[in-house]
Amino acid sequence: MIRRAIRFLDERSGTAPFLKKALRYLFPDHWSFLLGEVALYSFVVLVATGVYLTFYFEPSLADTTYRGAYEPLRNLQMSEAYRSVVDISFQVKAGLLIRQTHHWAADVFVASIVLHLLRVFFTGAFRNPRELTWLVGLVMLFASLLEGYLGYSMVDDLLSGMGLAIGYGVALSLPFIGSNLALGIWGAPYPGDPSFESRMYIAHVLILPVLIGVLISVHLGLVALRHHTQFRRARRQSDRTLLGVPAFPGQAPRSLGLFFGVAAVLFLLGGLVQINPIWQWGPYELSQGTNGAQPDWYLGWLIGALRLVPGFDVTIADYTVVPNPFWGGALFPLVVLIVLAVYPWVERRVTGDRSFHNALDRPRDAPGRTAFGAAFLSWVLVIFFAGSADRTYVFLGLDYPAQIWVYRGLVFVLPPLVFFVTRRVCRELQEADRIERVREEAEEETRREVLPA
Amino acid sequence: MRRLATLLAILLGVFRRRKRTEEPRRIVPAGTPSRGAENAVVALLVCAAMLAAAFTVVYAIDDLAHQTQLLGLALGLSFACLAAALIVLAKRLVVSEEIEEGYPDPEHPEEQEELEQVVRESGSRITRKRLLLAAGGAAGTAIGVAAVTPALSLGPILDTDPLYETPWRRGRRLVDTSGLPYRAEDVSPDTFYTAFPEGAEKDEIGSPVVVVRLDPSALRLPPERARWAPQGILAFSKVCTHAGCAIALYRKPLFPPTSPRPALVCPCHYSTFDPARGGEVIFGPAGRPLPQLPLEVDGSGELRAGGNYSGPVGPSWTGVRGEGPRS
Repeated sequence: MIRRAIRFLDERSGTAPFLKKALRYLFPDHWSFLLGEVALYSFVVLVATGVYLTFYFEPSLADTTYRGAYEPLRNLQMSEAYRSVVDISFQVKAGLLIRQTHHWAADVFVASIVLHLLRVFFTGAFRNPRELTWLVGLVMLFASLLEGYLGYSMVDDLLSGMGLAIGYGVALSLPFIGSNLALGIWGAPYPGDPSFESRMYIAHVLILPVLIGVLISVHLGLVALRHHTQFRRARRQSDRTLLGVPAFPGQAPRSLGLFFGVAAVLFLLGGLVQINPIWQWGPYELSQGTNGAQPDWYLGWLIGALRLVPGFDVTIADYTVVPNPFWGGALFPLVVLIVLAVYPWVERRVTGDRSFHNALDRPRDAPGRTAFGAAFLSWVLVIFFAGSADRTYVFLGLDYPAQIWVYRGLVFVLPPLVFFVTRRVCRELQEADRIERVREEAEEETRREVLPA
Repeated sequence: MRRLATLLAILLGVFRRRKRTEEPRRIVPAGTPSRGAENAVVALLVCAAMLAAAFTVVYAIDDLAHQTQLLGLALGLSFACLAAALIVLAKRLVVSEEIEEGYPDPEHPEEQEELEQVVRESGSRITRKRLLLAAGGAAGTAIGVAAVTPALSLGPILDTDPLYETPWRRGRRLVDTSGLPYRAEDVSPDTFYTAFPEGAEKDEIGSPVVVVRLDPSALRLPPERARWAPQGILAFSKVCTHAGCAIALYRKPLFPPTSPRPALVCPCHYSTFDPARGGEVIFGPAGRPLPQLPLEVDGSGELRAGGNYSGPVGPSWTGVRGEGPRS
């Protein structure tokens, strides 16, 4: 039976040699290698739940009066888009489960990408010959941020409307091209042409998912062609020799198990833990705002940056040249993207290390890289936490302006501090390793001297 | 006798060895069976099946309390059982041997050279390569430009005048969300109000204004706006000049000696504007003051616009002028 199936396939495709290689592809064993897989499986759940949602969502800003099941919104004027999402939540069977699972999956998707990126960075996995894999991954991260932003913006609830207003402000703030670009994207001055909703919709359900899907294929293809990196856990593992568990039978049930594990967590979250209760925010009105509603976590760094920048525009006489949101909303993420994108080449320049790497570093093995990474991460994290200063004010009563001034200071002070401390810790750890090795060798020698007697 | 036995043993050995070589060599090494693990996997798979069936049952029941939670539990736990079954399978029932293998070659110098040769030799019949490349580039660029030209229809990309438009003009009444006009005497100093131009679209960026009443003696308006705030009633665009959120917070001191002065605050990035000083920024990232709308009180005590805003409404862009917008 197995033989007949294989024969059928091989005769028609000639892929038996390839399939044999694929089945015996080696996966080095380390838990941190699963982070990328978690992102992949979240994407699968996102696509599956997303397709379900498209059956009910109406990407239209046409006015309608709500006459559905949720009493507090009865007879309120709202857009078809918002109405359809309220209906998905209250009237479509399993609709709320799927919607919340979709939202949770998006949060987990971006989180696992970021953790995966950190793992790849701090172990030096991005080095020659894997710089392209790194770049493709970065593009996917930023595409995912935009994808998530569009996803919750389409709903047209009060919170999403505020997010779009900020997006419009940032687009408008791009020097010289901003006004033209924003008018092109929105089709008219804010809140824009009614067709803007369809534009967001097609970008969210087709353009960006297809882009991310294609990039996932390229990313995984590049990984497979160059094979996985590995930690040096055994003496045999080196830049030339790979030690791992074959895809089949060893790795397959583990990966499949992880997939169902991720799906289990996402559906349990979707069923049991409320997320983005849009019926509480109400429909979007340009003249209204909510307090205390936070965006999804992955936009926290941008909201923090927008809040931290002191109030100034670059002006010439009476004319604005660079409006303020540009700094936090556009320049800051651009700087983060560029720093991450060029890092592999900068490191090559600085260390002069152009050789081929398949074995990973432990963070302590490369104190300079680890220190830079930790400092850069601390910089982004300070800005991220600045985005929650208003919550800290509400919960702890800390003065908001005072907090902002502290964060403005930390942005400059903390990264250098983290850099020197981390580098020091790495060097101490290296030194401890060296001492340990010397001690072991000495013990070995004594043992050899004692034994003959 | 002993020799005979040895011979027999050797023969048997040979025979046995031959028999062994007839079996194909194993690729996946053998492992010991584990009945316990098998039972566990079967049990978990049955659980997964039952929970998935429970999902269908819960789905089919109408008017069930906590249906979303039950659906999530059923499906989530079903996946969890499946995951557990697979992990037991991976850990106890599948041989997961670690194999050693060489990494692929870093480079293929011969193929690289051949590739380069193919590309180089393919163009050997062409004598004016530069000219050809230039012509090809021109064609490519022109077609590219043609392909993106229709994008101009996405919006008034080349005409940014609409950004200055607002529905306010002199004499227009200020009305609330239900269209009722505001009277000066209705405006209390303890809170803030949202008003719209009568008969205009409420969801335009230039429409909503926030109205507050301050003590006239506390006003520090620019001299040319001296008559813009009758009885200390002020109106400002409700759209933040930083990133376009609605100014939804009014910081109104209840105990004057200890509290800061009244301020209009945007809840998105906490740009803070001083209504007494004509909407000047006193904290936060906004780079421009909040545009002020001049007010008048007509004969019947109703609030009317005395003209257009003091500056362009909403977030800034390159080239935005400080002068007033058009109506």
